[in-house]
Amino acid sequence: MTGLLNDELLANIGRQSEPRREVVTRRDIRKYAVATGARLRKYLDGDVAPPMFHVPLFWDVVELDQLTPDGVSVDTLLPKFPLERAMAGGLEIDYLKPIHPGDWLTATRTLTNIYEKAGRSGPLIFYEVLMDIVDDEGELVIREKTTRILR
Amino acid sequence: MNPAPAVGVSLPERQHTPDNVQLMLYNAVLWNGHRIHFDLPYATEVEGYPGLVLAGPMLGDWLHQVVDEWLGDKGMITSVNYSNRGATYVGDTLTAGATITAYDPDTGELTLDVFIKNAEGDVVAPGVIGAKLTA
Repeated sequence: MTGLLNDELLANIGRQSEPRREVVTRRDIRKYAVATGARLRKYLDGDVAPPMFHVPLFWDVVELDQLTPDGVSVDTLLPKFPLERAMAGGLEIDYLKPIHPGDWLTATRTLTNIYEKAGRSGPLIFYEVLMDIVDDEGELVIREKTTRILR
Repeated sequence: MNPAPAVGVSLPERQHTPDNVQLMLYNAVLWNGHRIHFDLPYATEVEGYPGLVLAGPMLGDWLHQVVDEWLGDKGMITSVNYSNRGATYVGDTLTAGATITAYDPDTGELTLDVFIKNAEGDVVAPGVIGAKLTA
């Protein structure tokens, strides 16, 4: 440990968001399909959701005065990190069940890891957020792990 | 399904040339107000980008589409693991493609290397997709 991460910061590992429950509509699926340039009829017609539809479904909706001047909504699950410039990150998603209009889905996000690595031009902070999405029967529909890098 | 699944087979590639309208609609669908995606003076003069920045997850979606369009109704994507390696911009021509790296005819399970390349041929979004053919 080179010391960017103190115990107070690391104590945030395990922090969990309030579960968010949202309904899937045909209209929202169609808008997503059009915007992404989808060509498969089942998506353009909104019969079933394409992969990654959960990204807009659970994107945070915050009020205007909560956006930063550059238009970003602050992720309240995250602590204040000593490095702030976000670099490319990665996404790992498991798709367990298809999503259809009328489905109610509940997402819970957990900050699962914070660690430090030496980069070529200085230290890097990595953090991981796990999002579990379940249906009303409690069955896992999607599990997503986001890894972000700060420099 | 054309071509037929086999290790080493590459799927039909797709070119994307996203414009302002597509980028705006995508971020509207997300409810993403980040200025680098729609405010050109801000993106170039304040953040120093050469143009309006394409949203990273939109490229992630295109990785899926290459495999999904090939699968059609014969299977479904079960997993993805990808990263955004470099920024891309409105006006870029991006190419999405995939190559099958593992295939088990007994279970129908497939693994594919997927990519988005820019016009210079740099991979800006590499990834791996898992899929399963339906019996």
